[in-house]
Amino acid sequence: MSIETDATNNAGPQTLTMGKGMKRKEDPRFLTGNGNYVDDMRLPGMLYMAIVHSPYPHANIKGIDKEAALAVPGVKAVITGEDLVAASLAWLPTFHGFDKQMVLAVGKVLFQHQEVAAVFAETREAARDAAELVDVDYEPLDPVISPFDSMKDEVILRDDREDKTNHIYHWDSGDKDGTQAALDDSEVVVTERIYAPRCHPAPLEPCGCVAQFDAMGRLHFWVTSQAPHVYRTAISLVTGIPEDKIRVISPDIGGGFGNKVPVYPGYVCAIVGALILKTPVKWIETRTENLTTTGFARDYHMDVTIGAKKDGTVTALKVKTVADHGAFDAAADPSKYPAGMFGVVTGSYQFPVAFAELDAYFTNKAPGGVAYRCSFRVTEASYAIERGMDILAQKLTMDPAELRRKNFVRKDQFPYDSALGFTYDSGDYEGTMDKALNQIGYADLRREQAEKRARGEYMGIGISTFTEVVGAGPSKHFDILGIKMFDSAEIRIHPTGTGIIRTGTKSQGQGHETTWAQIVAEELGLDPQNLLVEEGDTDTAPYGLGTYASRSTPVAGAALALAARRVREKARKVAAHLLEAAPEDIEWVEHKFQVMGAPSRSVTMKEVAFAAYTNPGEGVEPGLEASLYYDPPNMTFPHGAYIAVVDVDAETGEVKVRRFLAIDDCGTVINPMIVEGQVHGGLTEGFAIAFMQEIPYDEQGNNMAPNFMEYLIPTSVEAPVWETGSTVTPSPHHPIGAKGVGESPNVGSPAAFVNAVMDALAPLGVTHIDMPLTREKVWRAIRDAQAAAASD
Amino acid sequence: MTATETTDTTLRTVTLNVNGQTIRQEVESRTLLAYALRDAGLKGTHVGCDTSSCGCCVVLLDGDTPAKSCTMFAVQAEGHQITTVEGLGSPGDLHPLQQAFWDQHGLQCGYCTPGMLMTAKAMLEHNPDPTDQEVREFLSGNLCRCTGYNNIVKAVQQAARVMRDEAQAQALAGMVPSTPEGGAQ
Repeated sequence: MSIETDATNNAGPQTLTMGKGMKRKEDPRFLTGNGNYVDDMRLPGMLYMAIVHSPYPHANIKGIDKEAALAVPGVKAVITGEDLVAASLAWLPTFHGFDKQMVLAVGKVLFQHQEVAAVFAETREAARDAAELVDVDYEPLDPVISPFDSMKDEVILRDDREDKTNHIYHWDSGDKDGTQAALDDSEVVVTERIYAPRCHPAPLEPCGCVAQFDAMGRLHFWVTSQAPHVYRTAISLVTGIPEDKIRVISPDIGGGFGNKVPVYPGYVCAIVGALILKTPVKWIETRTENLTTTGFARDYHMDVTIGAKKDGTVTALKVKTVADHGAFDAAADPSKYPAGMFGVVTGSYQFPVAFAELDAYFTNKAPGGVAYRCSFRVTEASYAIERGMDILAQKLTMDPAELRRKNFVRKDQFPYDSALGFTYDSGDYEGTMDKALNQIGYADLRREQAEKRARGEYMGIGISTFTEVVGAGPSKHFDILGIKMFDSAEIRIHPTGTGIIRTGTKSQGQGHETTWAQIVAEELGLDPQNLLVEEGDTDTAPYGLGTYASRSTPVAGAALALAARRVREKARKVAAHLLEAAPEDIEWVEHKFQVMGAPSRSVTMKEVAFAAYTNPGEGVEPGLEASLYYDPPNMTFPHGAYIAVVDVDAETGEVKVRRFLAIDDCGTVINPMIVEGQVHGGLTEGFAIAFMQEIPYDEQGNNMAPNFMEYLIPTSVEAPVWETGSTVTPSPHHPIGAKGVGESPNVGSPAAFVNAVMDALAPLGVTHIDMPLTREKVWRAIRDAQAAAASD
Repeated sequence: MTATETTDTTLRTVTLNVNGQTIRQEVESRTLLAYALRDAGLKGTHVGCDTSSCGCCVVLLDGDTPAKSCTMFAVQAEGHQITTVEGLGSPGDLHPLQQAFWDQHGLQCGYCTPGMLMTAKAMLEHNPDPTDQEVREFLSGNLCRCTGYNNIVKAVQQAARVMRDEAQAQALAGMVPSTPEGGAQ
């Protein structure tokens, strides 16, 4: 991807940057320590809150003694679940509405590190001291750790629920009988249990908030939220405070990655503390609290079965999944989609028939599931099908690229109705894969691999040709808490031709302050440097559903373009007045209004903006602004072709990623520099997930990766050098043809890494190893395969 | 046992020299340097973990020694010259490293950026012409969740080039005696 940076400040169309690598407007403050993150907030009289966590995964609470904690100098209050019961705040509804989550434990704890009490003190140190002195009397109970044990219902975890079962829900999609019949008739059938392990998005900035009630009784709530407007509504519903009396502000956020979508107990406790103590309260969690209590990702056990003809033509797909949701079902999904977009599991291929089903269970673990660039479970779906296709290729001894080519949805078949009910908007899968194969020199790599195999060396090439589904979503299908998943934009142009743009999304580093200005600048012929972008303040920004699941560009990006066109239509009337012509005779050419057939008679948007306030013309409303709420007609379906090349050391199990190429197609590109940065970051997450990250629990229910000593984040040394590129297949239904892309690299890359390692080990007969592919796991698989071969 | 028996919460005054300014602050013995700096309003220094792993809190001691300020008590910093990101450059007067991170898109959410910049500055003090691998190794105490590091490496290399050129220009200027008529060009 070649990148052209352009940060000139000259007004006028020549500075338009749509499609160019305009440098980011947000950077100067971040580079100089002038960002404004939640923990930077300081208010007079502000108290600090610390949370008491359960050491047990499952235990009755027989009593809580606050006395020693309250005796610590500076401590103002200690609240427990019983205190919240009295205020009807002990439980928190989860976003999809199937379940609720304890704020502070009532009666019993259901996962290790669960929130049990909250302490308020004048200093953060005093709050922590006191939290250690809250004396909780626990009666340990048998924990349920595996969802496969949970489904036996021998120990019922949630006696607060009507149904006395650990089963949360069953979901399915597709033609069950038809799929089974097709599999029975298939010449070749492969099946594998594929586990997407529990991991965690771990944004560098943990979650936190500051709650303040002002003298008018109005709640001001600064919070690490990817969806501040939904938070405002949720807080209103939970606390009964009217929505106009709540101002939620998401300031600069130090990364989200889906971790900052759910409402967490700490937020509710801070609001309660600020209310009862009548002074501001700050809560900033530690890294350990972040990893042990906030939204995890994945934890899907997927039985993947693919039927095919001997020539490799796929005939049917069946996927049966067991999902581990932890103690409460707080998975942040649209309400009609308990398993998210898992139905996209047929991937980029023409499956004539398919069936996917999923059962979710409670366990004694932290809640979550949907997070970490997953696009609502697309990471799991993509991993399942891309692994499955490679297992099929191995069984058929067919080149994995050729197996994919044979089965791709063809360019001329879009819009394509998948067997599980999605209508893919556009794609050129073969073109994108061919670009990747050529760019990486696939044929040469296969030759090199053959030579190395002959020498007993293990080199692997892994391909992942995935289809994403992002931009939730059409109001017919998608809502959070009942609120339809539209998004919004307001554009106000000032008399001097500068302007302010606000959307209902919320950047956590994805560069909206820059790219939103680029979209509007292109539509209006104004200077992007002088279009201020704001998000996150619910008093000022239009209502939106927030930023997650790569929905910002598909939904708010569309709202921005269309709102800008409304501004332009209004401006056309003013231009007509200035040019003394009828509005229908005014055309928008090269970012200027001109009289049709008379190009010398033209005005710029800047001139029109001034006139809109000084001389708008008879009967034209003064001012120049518009707002728009966009209900998308469909999702966008970006795709990509990723190729990993690895070398495996059979003596140690060490995997070295020699090369990684990612070709992404997200339709029209707003800012290639920012897209490339998104891809680099997401690939690094995918690399971490493939090789090092897991939140395992031991048999006693202890979280075994509660901090950065155990839960590994790649450093600059481990992270591979990324090669990137793009093809452009615009979304036909999107106003500027753009698709989301932020999560594609995480959705697409884990399978490429694992496929590469399995390809390397194919001569040993190794078919599948579950992530993370740690050195030890790879070494054991090699050793076991060699032992099996020796005993034959 | 109570907290007051186990912990000395007595406040004492610490005098910190930060970015050439003297800051006097009331702290406990156990107050971490990162929090003392942040409480003094220098909020560019961030805290991203509790195991000294992430490096969001890196500041420089005495010009060229990077230190994770979450792993030092404020009282230990007394007598040292501390440089934080606020001392590196300002929005209108960016340090070459800040400019390079901007040019090369070496940041996204911006949370790791201050620590990353300070570590990079320390590295270039010790090694003005590093290889990419040397940059990666020196920065391996600083985690980033957004960028995947590639652009950070590019940024550090850009800054290294600029700083080498500046150093060379200065050295050349030093060889030519300045004259009252306008000096060396």
